[in-house]
Amino acid sequence: MADPMISVDDLTVQYGDHRVLNGVSLDVQPGEVMALLGGSGSGKTTMLRHIIGLERPTSGTVRIRGIDINRCSAKELKAIRCTMGVAFQECALFNSMSIEENVSLPLRELTNLADPVVEIMTYLKLAAVGLGEAAKQMPQELSGGMKKRAAVARATALDPEILVFDEPSAGLDPIVAAGLDDLILLLKRAFHMTILVVTHELASAFRVADRLAMLYQGSLIAVDSKDAFRASTQPRIRQFLDRTADAFDSTVVLDHFRQLAGITGARG
Amino acid sequence: MNVLEAVGGGVDRGLAYIGGLTIQFWLGLRASPRVLPFAGKRGRWRAAVRQMAAIGVDALPMVGIMSACAGFILAMQTGAELRRFGALQYVMDVVAVGFTRELGPLLTAFVVSGRSGSAFSAEIGTMVVTSEIDALRTMALDPIEFVLAPKYVATMIMVPCLAIMSNAFGLLAGAGFMYITTKITLAMYLRYIYNSIELRDVVTGLLKSVAFAAIIVNVGCLEGFRTRGGPDAVGRSATSAVVWSTFLVILADVFFTAIFYLLHQV
Repeated sequence: MADPMISVDDLTVQYGDHRVLNGVSLDVQPGEVMALLGGSGSGKTTMLRHIIGLERPTSGTVRIRGIDINRCSAKELKAIRCTMGVAFQECALFNSMSIEENVSLPLRELTNLADPVVEIMTYLKLAAVGLGEAAKQMPQELSGGMKKRAAVARATALDPEILVFDEPSAGLDPIVAAGLDDLILLLKRAFHMTILVVTHELASAFRVADRLAMLYQGSLIAVDSKDAFRASTQPRIRQFLDRTADAFDSTVVLDHFRQLAGITGARG
Repeated sequence: MNVLEAVGGGVDRGLAYIGGLTIQFWLGLRASPRVLPFAGKRGRWRAAVRQMAAIGVDALPMVGIMSACAGFILAMQTGAELRRFGALQYVMDVVAVGFTRELGPLLTAFVVSGRSGSAFSAEIGTMVVTSEIDALRTMALDPIEFVLAPKYVATMIMVPCLAIMSNAFGLLAGAGFMYITTKITLAMYLRYIYNSIELRDVVTGLLKSVAFAAIIVNVGCLEGFRTRGGPDAVGRSATSAVVWSTFLVILADVFFTAIFYLLHQV
């Protein structure tokens, strides 16, 4: 097996007394699409922020192409970031710039390409996500799905080897979300990118991913193929797959209602 | 013990704030050459020019009107007292020295702090809460160089320019007062002013305005970068930027005036 493109080893993140990630280890192979699943508050976004080098862990390592991003030089980190594209959940498009300017920004700032070449490449990137006609529009003029696509176009501007998506389907209707899934698959097939998708949308994860990983309360409870994941008997995974709510102690709620009735005066 | 804890905590936060300002000042200074024409990165100077228009040109009407009003008020107030001693001509000295040394830079700083300091904070704060700053970092672009440096260069250039314009408007208002009360013509007034003020008065005023510019841009940007939470946090940062920059401008003014006073005595 080739060396992993992304390697997370014993990653622990703690804010004060609150431990968010608890010794998480995960490898993503070159050309693989990995979906990182988990419920709200499971630590998905924290893990993503550490993988893309926005935060430093309490302990553990994150290696991109074998380089520890928390111990490398600023020059090495810059080189790694140039090979990595990130599509944020909120899209994070620069509102003061047009879509075209957003996408051309990394090309203008990080390459020595001539302006006409930058313009052509920008158009190609926008056309690849179906936004060739919207180049001159401002981010606030676009729909949610178009914004997500523009964010993908910007993330792929420098032809990165690694692409990271944070909740790509969040807030989108099923048809637009399916279109975005197709785009992820297209990028994988066409450019052989290594893709990490952080999501809680099961349908999307099963559609795009080669393997799935699941976080629960800051620990990784499964890293498996789609079929093995579907067949899992692990209670938390089954609950996630079967969409079952957590059981709660109804007597506490009933007691609370009784107390309220005592204050306000029970009817009948 | 609680009082000690509160005082200690306050001192700790104050030192951390000043430390943050100092580090950001140094980083901004280091990144500034990269937004200059020819020496800087391609096209980056355009951002600095846009900021210069927003900070300087757009603020000119407000600075002009405020300075003219302040100049007229100063002339009327001093004129009312000096007239009793038959020394109305000294109004010109008071307006000239008062504006070039003090009021011009200070009024400019207040206007720029209210207009641009709060705008810096709101803009950067919004970029923080919408993950735009994170996006810059993941694109291997330095937010200091990309966001702060154009504002830094533009403020440091435009605030002294605005202070000069403020001086001009204040002095012209004084000329208006003198013409109304004593029929002194503009040419005579300007000749008197020319003999009355020294180069040192203008230079000390401009040095102050550079220091005020550094305070406004640093506080505005730091408050923006420190924004955490949602849209309400952006509003709080903008308010905080104006309050802190005005407070620090006044402190810096006292400091510089004391230094110049002592230097004048030597």
